[in-house]
Amino acid sequence: MPILAFLRRHVWYIAFSIVILSAPLFTGNIYYLSILAFMATRLMIVLGLNLLMGQAGQISLGHAAFAGIGAYGSAIMTTRWSMDPWLAMLLSAVLAAAVAGLIGVPTLKLKGHYLAMATLGFGEIVYILLVQLKWLTNGTDGIGGIPSLTIGSIDFGNAQMFHWLVWGVALLMLRISLNLVDSRVGRSLRGLHRAEIAAMSLGVNTSFRKVQVLMVSAVFASIAGSFYVHYVHYVSPVSYTIIFSVILVTTVVIGGLGNVWGAVWGSALMILLPEYLKRYNQDYTQLVFGVMLILTMIFLPGGLVSFRTLVAKVRERFRGSRAGPVTGPEPRGGS
Amino acid sequence: MALLRVESVSKHFGGLEALKDVSFSLHEGQVKALIGPNGAGKTTLFNLISGIDRPTSGHVFFRDKDLGRLSPHVASRLGVGRTFQHSKVFDDMSVLDNVKVGRYARGHAGIFSAFLTMPRHRREETAVADASLRTLRRVGLGDRAHESAGNLPVGDRHLLEIARSLASEPTILLLDEPAAGLNNEETAQLAEIVRRVRDDGVTILLVEHDMGFVMDISDEVVVLDYGKKIAEGPPLMIRNDPEVIKAYLGEDL
Ligand SMILES: Nc1ncnc2c1ncn2[C@@H]1O[C@H](COP(=O)(O)OP(=O)(O)OP(=O)(O)O)[C@@H](O)[C@H]1O
Ligand SMILES: [Mg+2]
Repeated sequence: MPILAFLRRHVWYIAFSIVILSAPLFTGNIYYLSILAFMATRLMIVLGLNLLMGQAGQISLGHAAFAGIGAYGSAIMTTRWSMDPWLAMLLSAVLAAAVAGLIGVPTLKLKGHYLAMATLGFGEIVYILLVQLKWLTNGTDGIGGIPSLTIGSIDFGNAQMFHWLVWGVALLMLRISLNLVDSRVGRSLRGLHRAEIAAMSLGVNTSFRKVQVLMVSAVFASIAGSFYVHYVHYVSPVSYTIIFSVILVTTVVIGGLGNVWGAVWGSALMILLPEYLKRYNQDYTQLVFGVMLILTMIFLPGGLVSFRTLVAKVRERFRGSRAGPVTGPEPRGGS
Repeated sequence: MALLRVESVSKHFGGLEALKDVSFSLHEGQVKALIGPNGAGKTTLFNLISGIDRPTSGHVFFRDKDLGRLSPHVASRLGVGRTFQHSKVFDDMSVLDNVKVGRYARGHAGIFSAFLTMPRHRREETAVADASLRTLRRVGLGDRAHESAGNLPVGDRHLLEIARSLASEPTILLLDEPAAGLNNEETAQLAEIVRRVRDDGVTILLVEHDMGFVMDISDEVVVLDYGKKIAEGPPLMIRNDPEVIKAYLGEDL
């Protein structure tokens, strides 16, 4: 039964899709739907960064800027040049990919973490440009009046419709990320992460693959930025600072490197937690993130997605040898 | 014509001359050993042949291609495979996935066909899995396919590196101290595997300190000492060469 085998192989993905896509059927509450929408755009960025960090072992400290390219690209092209939003989204993504390529080619040829440094600088430059190029970006005032997305007569300004659109795209990105992990290219990325010279000697053009995955992650981030601004109809530079880049990297680590589902866990936590903390005191958010990052690295090096291993370990300790070895399979990237 | 020609190759690291004007060649189907005391320049030479490093002067020709000008992944695609003296197994990937990476150069699926898992991609994945498993069985690791590579004992790590490289179907295989850390039984097994690989038509150049193994398995031996070739010939001749004996003074050949 190929259909049964298919269902079994993708059970987690299917279950998650059903749950998330049915959410608007249960609530029309704009606040809740907005949180879910932000979770979707966040997930898009984190998925790309998860591939870059978890698979290829490269760190980008400039992913806020790639999201910023999408956000501002869409904002400027639709409000100032009255361009079609979908075309603007596409062009912004192409621009983000091109910039990622320009940064990646010289830095990823070298071993070590040159990419982290280069993207850190790049993030700073983009932020400064967003603030300073007032004639184009309107400086710190930001750009308002960004139109909603439409397809024919369907208006995605409606929160429920937008939910289906943005989650449809996020789920698609999740799917293709899971597919990538379980492929020739995915394996080559994990290989080059562990022993680059060995991967090269097996025929992997390692710098090409690294640049490629950086470009993919830039496109994911850019698309997320575009969707975001078409939802909130406004953009300003404060959303795209280095702080946001650091939060993105934190999200990947807390969620779990090396497992695509970690991006889902991480994004959910990092969107929901601040919403929850907001009720008490907003100032604590960064602090809580920092503490969580440290706790994760100490107690859960595989990230949230590996909590099963932790649970198993704790249980083993309590039960002693009676429990026997822990054999539950980890949720792998390909499920 | 020779398959591999090392022509007056020198390699300097700053003031250190790791290789001085080394020349030899390798014919199709040969097993050739490269021996010499520690620091003689053996690994350095392997790095030049596999495109990881560039000679300071001289050339390494593989058929008519100058490997000294090519990148490692290009050398691999041309048919140069290698293993490493200091294990470069992909730890915490499965044994099978390690070999699948070795199959990389024989595959075509790019990033977009991976994204979309197109039928062609799925067919290729099945073929890769089959071929990789077959290659693992060739070195006797078939039943460890799904273990984490990091858990393998030293000897099996060498074998995994060999399998990983064989998966790329090399014309020539460079083995850097494959018998290091093996006991006698494992060494004998390794010799058997190397012979089978040779019988399958792969030309082999190997670096090894275990002289029993070298003498047993190789058709010809090249001896390096302080970066210079001091002897070349069949094992029996090398064993009795006064200069070689001097270089290995105190060691039992
Ligand atoms: N990248 C490098 N930079 C500087 N010196 C190097 C480099 N690689 C090798 N050397 C030096 O070149 C010489 C030859 O080293 P090589 O590793 O080729 O020796 P080897 O014959 O493989 O020795 P062993 O039997 O110990 O593996 C040594 O003196 C070594 O220190
Ligand atoms: Mg060596």
